[in-house]
Amino acid sequence: MADVVVEQGQAVRAARARKPASLRNVLGRKSTVAFFLTLPLILLIALLVLYPAVYSVHLATLNKSMQKFVGFGNFLFLFKRDTFWMVVKQSCIFAVTAVFFKALIGFIVAHFVHNIPAKGQRKWRGMLLVPWVIPPAMSTLAWLWLFDPSYSAFNYTLSFFGIGPINWLGDNVWARFSVILVNVWYGAPFFMIMYLAALKSVPDQLYEAAAIDGANWWQKIWYVTLPMMRNIIAITALFSLIVTFANFDIVRILTSGGPLDQTHIFATWAFKVGIEGSDIPLGASVSLFMVPILAIAAIFILRDVSKRGNEA
Amino acid sequence: MSRKTLTRRQFVAATAMSSAALITAPYVRGAYAAGKLSIGFWDHWVPNANDASTAMVKAWGEKEKVEVSIDYITSNNNKIQLTVAAEAQAKSGHDILQMPTWWPHAYAENLEPVNDVMEPLIKQNGEVNGTVKYLGQAGGKWLAVPATPGSQIKGPCSRIDLMKKHAGIDVQEMYPVGAPAKADNWTLETFLKAAEACHKGGVPFGIGLGETTDSVDTAGAIFQSFGAELVNAKGDVTVKTDAVRQALEYYKKLIAFLPPDAPSWDDASNNKWLISGRGAMILNPPSAWAVARRDAPQIAEQCWTHGMPSGPKGRFAPYLPYFWGLWSFSKNKEAAKSLLTYLSQPSSIEKFVAASGGYDLPAYANMTTLKTWAEEGPPKGTLYHYPNPNNHQTLSIAASPAPPKIAQQIYFQATLTKMALRYAQGEKMEATLAWAEGECEGFMRS
Repeated sequence: MADVVVEQGQAVRAARARKPASLRNVLGRKSTVAFFLTLPLILLIALLVLYPAVYSVHLATLNKSMQKFVGFGNFLFLFKRDTFWMVVKQSCIFAVTAVFFKALIGFIVAHFVHNIPAKGQRKWRGMLLVPWVIPPAMSTLAWLWLFDPSYSAFNYTLSFFGIGPINWLGDNVWARFSVILVNVWYGAPFFMIMYLAALKSVPDQLYEAAAIDGANWWQKIWYVTLPMMRNIIAITALFSLIVTFANFDIVRILTSGGPLDQTHIFATWAFKVGIEGSDIPLGASVSLFMVPILAIAAIFILRDVSKRGNEA
Repeated sequence: MSRKTLTRRQFVAATAMSSAALITAPYVRGAYAAGKLSIGFWDHWVPNANDASTAMVKAWGEKEKVEVSIDYITSNNNKIQLTVAAEAQAKSGHDILQMPTWWPHAYAENLEPVNDVMEPLIKQNGEVNGTVKYLGQAGGKWLAVPATPGSQIKGPCSRIDLMKKHAGIDVQEMYPVGAPAKADNWTLETFLKAAEACHKGGVPFGIGLGETTDSVDTAGAIFQSFGAELVNAKGDVTVKTDAVRQALEYYKKLIAFLPPDAPSWDDASNNKWLISGRGAMILNPPSAWAVARRDAPQIAEQCWTHGMPSGPKGRFAPYLPYFWGLWSFSKNKEAAKSLLTYLSQPSSIEKFVAASGGYDLPAYANMTTLKTWAEEGPPKGTLYHYPNPNNHQTLSIAASPAPPKIAQQIYFQATLTKMALRYAQGEKMEATLAWAEGECEGFMRS
């Protein structure tokens, strides 16, 4: 009882003491200072991310001439279009295949680079990052010339081995292969550098212990490396999945979605419908359809990450 | 302390001077008394062609006391279309904006009617063709003024030597300089036989089957030559007709003689095909010839631009006009209309055509026989028949006569080339028609 009285008295005194200088206290709090320091960034994000996002939701609820509110009408219209479902399927094939190969190649190359003596490693790291640092619109133009329908440098080279000519961008299967290949070439260095950082943080003692237990190289990867890298693999895959789903430049430059719409993905089809077809609300609806797909992927991947965090 | 008094005489004199100054003030013009005007022109791909536009606008601005600013906006990667969309959304930007083909209709609600500009121009320069009316008018109102820069016909540009050698056709004799075409035998059947002969000779016709405009425009002209319409002028879907079937059958035969990679061609591919000497013909404005003149003169001197072959329902040439649109939110509409009138005068049109080396086409009937087209070369007169001087063919755009907002979807989704390709790749005729019908029904949304 006495404790309670004392606590109440303290609480009252504290409240009295706080009252006159409350604004100064609030301004002096670390959290307030932090808030004000981040305010410019918050405003920038609100202006450049939040406003366009909300505006695109608004656009997606209008009719073609943008004069009437149609609610989910645009989405219901899309659900009845075969081409839309083809685009959904192709976007999933494109993103999942590209992310898988980027991760695989990034993982393998990261191991190679990790095993290079420290002296020459920096040089290799720099060279391997080149595809990722060149603006993709520029590097894709170079790829376009390599795949050029009539003057392909690849076909020229293959002709010495009696192979080809391959219709890189004019055949449905090869066109899909080509756009995925360029995306993998562009994105694999990002995985490589992330995995390399993760590899460097795995303690050597774990490998030594595994070696003492008689583990071979595969067992070391499976039981030591992979568990230690799981979180970084998950986060990288999610990040890359988002970026790859939203890709525009590679497909636009290489195939513009052709032949016969077989390489269209969300962004390129949204552009075709929205800008070239002057149906901005439908274009906005196509691009917004990525959100639920990515949200589901994000929930699954991040839930797994937090689980492991708790286990740790 | 002295005090100055104002006499009655001084007061009257001062009042009279002030009144005179006030009355005459509006007639005293400063350097930019008539305000400002901002213009977005299409960035021409012919070197130095923009200079002619700049000089004309500058001269007009100085004469009319208007401060003018010009931006040249490229059409590469649809930058000009993006600018139109952004300015229409923001209701802010240039006063006058150059827009391609379908855009006046797409943004009709945001454009100032220009009947008062167009009616006197038509009286002065002659009638405009049906495609200009179809794309530039809505409900009797002119939405925009047809622009000479950028407007083009995508007719055949043939290799004189290769067509003679492989197909036995003398294109210069068929389309002589300074005289009407003698092309009665230049039909789609002859065209197909020539395509086959050139294919056998290792120099196939360079006609794309992709989703960009060159491919679509060719398909549009061939479909129209058979009277094939996917959607008619009333907006009814008319895919399952004999005319469409005939056009597809024809295209299937033609595709067999085209380069195997044609499905992936873009608008640059056919140009490269001609300039590299690999093909006997492409369907393109004379830009490919102009580049060949610089990079491969031996090819350029064998090029001849001429008319399209005729089909059962007539002779149709792919035509793409550009327009100058005046936004309804412009703050200086009177000055803008004055400039548009100035840029459409015969003397201005002549300058545009000369500066572009004959690439640009005026929309008016009296302006198709300018000396530039007769004199450009080598070979001299290669462009004589480019502007359709004898109304030898009907200038048309793919997907017309469907209502423009539906036709725009058919055009940009490349429904015509996709149909041709699907059928040529082995899909059944009825399946192709059913697919196209479904697509067209989807384009009907308003």
